[in-house]
Amino acid sequence: MHEMAVTEDILRIVTEHAGQGGASEVTDIYLVIGELASFVDDSIQFYFDLLAPGTVAEGATLHFQRVQTRFRCRICGHEFEPAERDWLCPECHALGGEVIAGKEFYVESIEVR
Amino acid sequence: MSETNLSPSNRVPVVERLLTANEEVAADNRVQFHQRQIKVGNIMASPGAGKTTLLLATIAAMPGRKIGVIEGDVASQVDAEMIATTGTPVVQINTGGACHLDAPMIRNAAKALPLEELELILVENVGNLICPVSFDLGQDFNVGLLSVPEGHDKPYKYPGIFEAVDLVVVTKADLLPYLDFEIDTFRTLVHGLNPDVPIFVVSAKTGEGMEDWVAWLETRLGI
Ligand SMILES: Nc1nc2c(ncn2[C@@H]2O[C@H](COP(=O)(O)OP(=O)(O)OP(=O)(O)O)[C@@H](O)[C@H]2O)c(=O)[nH]1
Ligand SMILES: [Mg+2]
Ligand SMILES: [Zn+2]
Repeated sequence: MHEMAVTEDILRIVTEHAGQGGASEVTDIYLVIGELASFVDDSIQFYFDLLAPGTVAEGATLHFQRVQTRFRCRICGHEFEPAERDWLCPECHALGGEVIAGKEFYVESIEVR
Repeated sequence: MSETNLSPSNRVPVVERLLTANEEVAADNRVQFHQRQIKVGNIMASPGAGKTTLLLATIAAMPGRKIGVIEGDVASQVDAEMIATTGTPVVQINTGGACHLDAPMIRNAAKALPLEELELILVENVGNLICPVSFDLGQDFNVGLLSVPEGHDKPYKYPGIFEAVDLVVVTKADLLPYLDFEIDTFRTLVHGLNPDVPIFVVSAKTGEGMEDWVAWLETRLGI
């Protein structure tokens, strides 16, 4: 239920960057969202359709790039994507690791006209 | 410059993180609390994990400490009313549907607490193992509670919270004999994500493990 605040933030950022470039229209918005960031694509899309009309981003297409969780093994340094119920390092079989990807949550770029 | 704009569309790099507005307010909250020498703990867990019950037991176990409580719930005042019966200053935040507390809510709630009198504020976040992790409140430490009936495999499903916390408390320990909660498996999974985090096994009902938790809080307060 916090996707409304997130969507407002997306619109704020997009409007700022479009304004700086003197663009009159934003056609595409590229978002990067890690698996561990608790945001639902459909819900962001829902609020976007509600909030975007009347802004420079009206009618823009949202692109969601999901980033898988990645661990770096604390024993051997190997980097791997843990399976849902298997966190063993494929190299040395240590369990778990430092989370090195999956928490991303940002506006990567926009396409403007 | 304007000539290049003739192409049908131009990719503009942005690379700007979302929700930074919350982080700015959280940083300000942290300054405000530190100026008054108040430590703030953010308690996160599922609905019904035993957050309010542990807070009540904690208040009873730390009579010498000036504790304030911020209660976060989607709706209702019942948790705050329970805390208020102990004479502890408490503010109820009703998020009206939102699944987490955020820094502006804490800023407003703090205005209703007698900050000059307090040394510790314990925040009961909205019952949810996912969303609260993404919202800094201005706390000094994060505590994750997991109750025995929820099962030992929860770190697989909710790695974010177990990675983010400074302490894990397994609550309702009195139920261990009746359920297939594998405490060693749970410890292994949590430490796979967060190798140094202490894990206390506590029952607010019987008092088991309460001394570990209280001693840990005392350490946060510094002597
Ligand atoms: N057996 C047992 N039951 C407990 C313990 N702690 C809490 N409970 C029970 O668990 C239920 C939920 O406890 P609460 O403290 O209200 O849990 P909560 O996490 O604050 O719940 P919400 O605020 O509604 O999310 C109540 O019926 C409590 O009596 C415990 O240590 N042992
Ligand atoms: Mg409660
Ligand atoms: Zn390894």
